Amino acid sequence: MAAIQLKQLVKRYGAGNKTVNVLHGIDAHIEDGEFIVIVGPSGCGKSTLLRMIAGLEEVSAGDIWIGDRLVNQLEPAQRDIAMVFQNYALYPHMTVFDNMAYGLKIANVATAEIQARVAKAAGILELGHLLQRKPRELSGGQRQRVAMGRAIVRQPQVFLFDEPLSNLDAKLRAQTRLEIQKLHRELGITSLFVTHDQVEAMTLAQRMMVMNGGVVEQFGTPEEVYNRPASTFVASFMGAPPMNLLSKVPDVPAGQVLGVRPEHMHILPASDGTGWLGQVEALEMLGAERLVYVRVGDEPLIVRIDEETLPPAVGATVRVSARADRLHWFNAQTGLRVAQGADA
Amino acid sequence: MIERNRWLDVLSHAVLIVGVVVVAFPVYVTFVASTHTMQEVVQAPMPLWPGSHAWENYTTALLGDRSGSGTTAAVGRMMMVSLITALVIALAKISMSLLSAFAIVYFRFPFRMAIFWAIFMTLMLPVEVRIGPTYQVVADMGMLNSYAGLTVPLIASATATFLFRQFFLTIPDELVEAARMDGAGPMRFFKDVLVPLSTSSMAALFVIQFIYGWNQYLWPLLVTTEENMYPVVIGIKRMISGGDAQTEWNIVMATAMLAMLPPALVVILMQKWFVKGLVDTEK
Repeated sequence: MAAIQLKQLVKRYGAGNKTVNVLHGIDAHIEDGEFIVIVGPSGCGKSTLLRMIAGLEEVSAGDIWIGDRLVNQLEPAQRDIAMVFQNYALYPHMTVFDNMAYGLKIANVATAEIQARVAKAAGILELGHLLQRKPRELSGGQRQRVAMGRAIVRQPQVFLFDEPLSNLDAKLRAQTRLEIQKLHRELGITSLFVTHDQVEAMTLAQRMMVMNGGVVEQFGTPEEVYNRPASTFVASFMGAPPMNLLSKVPDVPAGQVLGVRPEHMHILPASDGTGWLGQVEALEMLGAERLVYVRVGDEPLIVRIDEETLPPAVGATVRVSARADRLHWFNAQTGLRVAQGADA
Repeated sequence: MIERNRWLDVLSHAVLIVGVVVVAFPVYVTFVASTHTMQEVVQAPMPLWPGSHAWENYTTALLGDRSGSGTTAAVGRMMMVSLITALVIALAKISMSLLSAFAIVYFRFPFRMAIFWAIFMTLMLPVEVRIGPTYQVVADMGMLNSYAGLTVPLIASATATFLFRQFFLTIPDELVEAARMDGAGPMRFFKDVLVPLSTSSMAALFVIQFIYGWNQYLWPLLVTTEENMYPVVIGIKRMISGGDAQTEWNIVMATAMLAMLPPALVVILMQKWFVKGLVDTEK
């Protein structure tokens, strides 16, 4: 196990005036044994960052430290890491056992030791009865577990996960999420998990790195990220439906943006004296809750009410009010959070 | 589309049967001719039912104990020459193309694309086009009448290189990266991952290239002048004497039958692999 230190990490593609900067100087310190989720929209550089740590992409500038070793120039196999790929990347012609044992065989680990380690990993992942199968004879979920088993048997310092759940169906994904959490608790190995799915990010992360356009927008616990988003990007990226970002409603000073999560707003009758006057445009029933789409002036916003609250009729004029202790203020130019009330 | 029409059924069967007859009849005639004596074969009309001299015709051909006007070399020896030539060509072609495709797909070296295109261009230049200069080179190197002379100029194969390149391109990058994470160096990756994955393509190529090597005509005709280095295809040609001299057609036909056997056997025995290699994209 080891801590990871990223110092001013830069990735560029191309040369001369065709250079494209993909990562603009990433700084991060990841503690030993932490579970970090890197989340962001596609093209934000999260996979590139992971692949640089893995050693599959070259470092353009900056340093990567794993434990007390500077690994910039090391081959992936020498970095003492293991990676689970999005498509699992199992060797199609090898059995499950050989898939897991291959790395150890190359490292000249003794046969008895290989068998012990594979048996142990197979036990943890409940793959014992599948060891002699070929990958094509396995279901998606089983393949995914073999891919994790291949990472476990190497007993690495760091686990890297590159969107390992995106090829599973929703039910299996939820189940595997729990398994990964359990695995991390048992093994305590520093883990980096890349995903574009914010539910995965929120549920798995001890701390999460929200990335956008090659920079880290926020690096903190899921609670911090959700309750005190550092920028309008984080505010709108995390949470479904996303935070309402309002600049054209009354009470918002020029140059600022007000952010309110849909669950922190209420619908009041039009006769009420508080809040903004608006028109109900649509309703969505989600089961335990309901989304109310309201237009206040030019500004569309979403209010989340629980299923027991009587919903307003579509087309009705209502008042919308926001909880005063749950307002987020952002600078309209920079998009950054303006420290206020709830932050203090 | 399945059309249920009785007349269409009859028609399609008729077409297929005519096709089979057109292809099979010459083979049948060859077989029949190889079972009669020389006199019976040359009379008109030629008998269309197998005769009783099969055994002696085939042993005569194989052992070469006869006195004719063309070559009287033993066909057994020729078959051996053909077999060795075809095997060397097929196996060497496969290993060379595998390695060159591996280099082109997985290594970044200067002029990589130029080299690929250079190989690709030679697809357009069959042996026949460059046969003059190639003969000059082989002759100058003293490789006439040798296995080296028969095989080496035919080994380099743009087709096979291209086929393996296309196959390697379908192997996901993640697999290459997984192997890197496992610490497999390039040759280890080649040996442990690429070669096992390529087996069905290799089998398909083996069938094609074996037949290609076995059926070589023009090139062996140029580089073999001694009877003990004749491949069987050339043997047939050399048995047919020109002019007024009598050709032992029964022996020629028996030799032709023998020459057809190995390629047919290779196709039949490797059919499963062959079809799999052409159709299957198991990943």
